[in-house]
Amino acid sequence: MGDTPSTNGDEPADDGRGSAGQLTEPTAVGADGSRSIGGLIRTAEIDTRLLGMVGALIVLWIGFNIMSGGTFLTARNLWNLTVQTSVVAMMATGMVLIIVTRNIDLSVGSMLAAVGMAMALLQTEILPDLFGIGHPAIWILSLAAGIALGAAMGGLQGVVVAYVGVPSFIVTLGGLLVWRGAAWWMASGRTIAPMDKTFQIFGGGARGTIGGTWTWIIGGAACFGIVALLVVRRRQRIKHGFEPRPMWAEVGVAVVACVVVIGAIAVINSYPMPERLAMKYAEENGIAWPPGGLSIPLGLATPVLLTIIVALVMQFTATRTRYGRYVYALGGNPEAAVLAGVKTRWTIVKTFMLMGVLVSIAASVQIARLNAATSGMGQLAELYVIAAAVIGGTSLSGGVGTIPGAILGALVMQSLVSGMVLMGVDAPLQDIVVGIVLIGAVALDSLYRRKAT
Amino acid sequence: MTQESTQQGPLVEMRDIRVAFGGVHAVDGVSVDLHAGEVVALVGGNGAGKTTLIKTLSGAHRADSGEIRIGGEKVTIDNPRDAKALGIETIYQTLALAENIDSPGNMFLGRELRTRWGTLDDSAMESATREVMARLNPKFTNLKVPVSSLSGGQRQSVAIAKSVYYNARIIIMDEPTAALGPAETTQVGELIMQLKAEGIGIFLISHDIHDVFDLADRISVMLQGKLVGTVNKDDVTMDDVLGMIIVGKLPSDVTQTELNGLHG
Repeated sequence: MGDTPSTNGDEPADDGRGSAGQLTEPTAVGADGSRSIGGLIRTAEIDTRLLGMVGALIVLWIGFNIMSGGTFLTARNLWNLTVQTSVVAMMATGMVLIIVTRNIDLSVGSMLAAVGMAMALLQTEILPDLFGIGHPAIWILSLAAGIALGAAMGGLQGVVVAYVGVPSFIVTLGGLLVWRGAAWWMASGRTIAPMDKTFQIFGGGARGTIGGTWTWIIGGAACFGIVALLVVRRRQRIKHGFEPRPMWAEVGVAVVACVVVIGAIAVINSYPMPERLAMKYAEENGIAWPPGGLSIPLGLATPVLLTIIVALVMQFTATRTRYGRYVYALGGNPEAAVLAGVKTRWTIVKTFMLMGVLVSIAASVQIARLNAATSGMGQLAELYVIAAAVIGGTSLSGGVGTIPGAILGALVMQSLVSGMVLMGVDAPLQDIVVGIVLIGAVALDSLYRRKAT
Repeated sequence: MTQESTQQGPLVEMRDIRVAFGGVHAVDGVSVDLHAGEVVALVGGNGAGKTTLIKTLSGAHRADSGEIRIGGEKVTIDNPRDAKALGIETIYQTLALAENIDSPGNMFLGRELRTRWGTLDDSAMESATREVMARLNPKFTNLKVPVSSLSGGQRQSVAIAKSVYYNARIIIMDEPTAALGPAETTQVGELIMQLKAEGIGIFLISHDIHDVFDLADRISVMLQGKLVGTVNKDDVTMDDVLGMIIVGKLPSDVTQTELNGLHG
């Protein structure tokens, strides 16, 4: 291109979001002077924002552990933490995409109640009359109906937002009232219980865990998956003639990821069944009850397993599919997306439908866990879900946000709440702390962004 | 192909195009043409109708009357998709890039390459982008960063690369250098020369008379919806063209008093 004076030499400094390995000499970016470490992280193409969040989470956990006298970092508490996080985490992955498209969904809490109530009524009052109590069709049909209902409710809101042009804030604010009212109306405010026996598995209660062996198998599969993914990505790069990450980075990432996975599995599996449950289990499986008692691991709870599956599917959708690409494109520049021929309105409708489906899955977990459905379920859930997405780095101005960030955000929020409960902090004070943390997290994020650009 | 079309006559012929908004004739019987490997600049003050005229070619607006011929054949262009199918690509003043997505993502937006499983084939898109960039702007290699962290010239390269990749025969550029610094303007100029050398016909809309004289082969001047005239760049001076823009007369018709008025 001739001798244009260094128009391309002065690219804005790479902000650590990872560039395709052409940075042999890291540009002096780190104002913190961590030139070498920053350079290492950049060469290994690790997301620094995510790393920061993991760091914050670790600090939080250690802090709570010290302040609560060592009760926070116990297998029991961590196991419970994963179960408690799951409902908000699943919905937060959908909220990320909603917010990325420059919309918001304030109706998820109410929708959870309405869908949950519908599923509860189906399996306690309608389907048993048709099939008889305990028939496998009951849980399958009520789950399928719930998911279809969630998709329809979300889709309806999406159509009004995208095709009628009513701002999503208004549409879903209306939805917040409408769905809550519908939840009450369906059963005239009664509490509906108990759920179908098989359906209860979704709640992760006594029978809702997969046991130690399967948990280890899943852990092993996860490690295998991580390594396979890294290998495939490396081959792809080489095939297209790009410089791959240095080998030490590949191996390092693989080792760290596998150690984390195996560590998490080990912690989860070190939480044994309560004695009463273990006795019953031993009896059912013909195991003799030794005098010292048995330590049988509960393993992963179904809600956690569901959350992991939801997260993987959503991450895949957001980053590997055309639909996901369009979501980010229209969030970044709606006009450009239209000019490029993207059906932006339909993409928004699909995003709201997806949110509805995730709400239904969360509702299944919620009613199974409570073993009941009330019209007051999920109150304020919308705020926790939005907070999780935002703490996880989703920008309310659209175009920016990640699924792993949202999961971490949900984990941070739940850790805060459960840590404060362990320390015996009063409920009003808990709310104050969560509120301040939310604002603080976003403030930090805007500072970070301003520095990056 | 370049040689052929030059011999066969103009690549684009727009004849007697009229567009009215209510009672206002935004474009009033304008005819312009463009040959392969040629840059035709459309100049004129604000509201002269040049953008409206060109929108009838890019498919953003329908003409009320008149005809458009591409390679000698009469065509109907109702929307941007029709235009793209005819090999007409438009580079908008705003560039129309999604800032949060990287260059390959932007280049393939709406026409993503996919693997046989239907997932996005990022590596293939990156390597295709790399290939096009090697031709257009070899110094631009950090393709994997979001467009928001690129310089103005690099963004312009991405927008242009998009047109080139899809084998555009005709490129419409609306104020391509309006938002750029001097060095980047030079670079875009080089890009235009390169496209021209590849036999692509370019309509250049510009306010900058210096750019026009640097880049264009012919200059079509519009005033109040009408074509003042089309001149060869080599036959006129900047003053002549300014005279056409302001007074609305061809250089030969301008009186000395009017010229003096220009400099007064």
